[in-house]
Amino acid sequence: MNMILEMMSYPFLVRAVIGGVLVSLCASLLGVSLVLKRYSMIGDGLSHVSFGALSVALAAGWSPLKFSIPVVIIAAFFLLRITENGKLKSDAAIAIISASALAFGIVVTSLTTGMTTDVSSYMFGSILAMSSEDVRMTVIVSVIVLGMFFFCYNKVFAVTFDESFAKATGVSVSLYNVLIAVLTAVTIVLGMRMMGAMLISSLIIFPALTSMRVFKSFQGVVWSSGILSVVCFCVGMVFSYGCSTPAGASVVLVNLAAFLIFSGVQAVRKCL
Amino acid sequence: MSKLITCSHVDFGYENHDAVIDLNMEAESGDYLCIVGENGSGKSTLIKGLLGLLKPTGGTLIIAEELKKTGIGYLPQQTMSQRDFPATVYEVVISGCLSKRGNRPFYSAREKSLAVENMEKLGIGNLKRHCYRELSGGQKQRVLIARALCATKQMLILDEPITGLDPSAIQDFYHLIRRLNKEEGVTILMVTHDVVNVSREANKILHLKQKVLFYGTPEEYRTSRAGQLFLGES
Repeated sequence: MNMILEMMSYPFLVRAVIGGVLVSLCASLLGVSLVLKRYSMIGDGLSHVSFGALSVALAAGWSPLKFSIPVVIIAAFFLLRITENGKLKSDAAIAIISASALAFGIVVTSLTTGMTTDVSSYMFGSILAMSSEDVRMTVIVSVIVLGMFFFCYNKVFAVTFDESFAKATGVSVSLYNVLIAVLTAVTIVLGMRMMGAMLISSLIIFPALTSMRVFKSFQGVVWSSGILSVVCFCVGMVFSYGCSTPAGASVVLVNLAAFLIFSGVQAVRKCL
Repeated sequence: MSKLITCSHVDFGYENHDAVIDLNMEAESGDYLCIVGENGSGKSTLIKGLLGLLKPTGGTLIIAEELKKTGIGYLPQQTMSQRDFPATVYEVVISGCLSKRGNRPFYSAREKSLAVENMEKLGIGNLKRHCYRELSGGQKQRVLIARALCATKQMLILDEPITGLDPSAIQDFYHLIRRLNKEEGVTILMVTHDVVNVSREANKILHLKQKVLFYGTPEEYRTSRAGQLFLGES
């Protein structure tokens, strides 16, 4: 308890916790839809594109958020297009885009500033990265995401479960797909500098996958993912503070532990 | 018998490719119409057109006002991602009410009772809280039919509904559809490869291969050239 009070006495940690909790929550809710539609790779691809965009912004001296958010949103449209059309092998196409964006970012950086600590912290995350502007943005994004899940829950379900049926009943499926992709893009850009480009996609994938082990209803999975992501993030932060480990990696390890526990519960249930 | 769908000289297609050419057919209320044909013969395109997802590129397609109002119940082919989808039977069935709901965010009590009623009708009332992914193929099919019935009782469009079902589930399925058609007066439009079974069940058959090869009753179909070729093959 003392440790938590001690943590809260650092303003940068308070910002990191608020921002991180909101980013985890958004990522996990959007993740339910993405994972179930087999779009998990989009999250991974977007985080790499986001890294490339941030490196370019850094090298050119532009504001990182104002430059990366539009770039990543465009990338999100593009990745969604590839996945929906299914013309190219979509997983392969996303892998190509990820690697290229990453390589582009690294080359631009080494040509201009050299591989400074800034870039390394983008790769693996830094607790210091959450500025008050970032926190304000995360609040706005989470209000939008929570609003969408509250008011359009049934449509989100229909679009996730069965696109063709939803289309036939007059739901504008592509609007929802685009909305989810754009919100994912913004969430990733906001969370990336804290969690790290290499690790942010786990916030999208883990909670949904973990919840699916145990819960049998869509509603159950949505609730569980949201709660789980917040709990895992907070536990990870305390762990990171206590053991002086990097925040992003610690949160991912806690998520992994939750996944293993839930898988264990599933296995035990099957035996009974 | 009122005409629900009338196609006269209708073409459907994509940018530079006509998938269906010069189609004439009508679906009256109470019909049991089956659309057969090889893969790539334009069946799925026709379904999209009838659902209003694709505009005809030529001819006239008339959808009756009463059908426009209630919409069409649609049973799409099952997709891969549904195999391990975490959702209860009830959640899936009630999502059929979506079209009635417009922009209201939540389901009303009437829609909830409609969902329960349709589950009872299809004999899956006891599965309400069960997980969709743990059901058998035949049960899944019933869930999807219940969902389609939540959308409308006028007309069901079924897209290759028996794919992946075992033989006894297939017989159950035809029995169920026959019941809905005869007792509930639901108009059925079914795309299928199962010509042999269908020629016993339907009252109209449409054989498509881009153009219409045959359109008429099953009795006529058995003696027609297109029918003999297709029935002989399968």
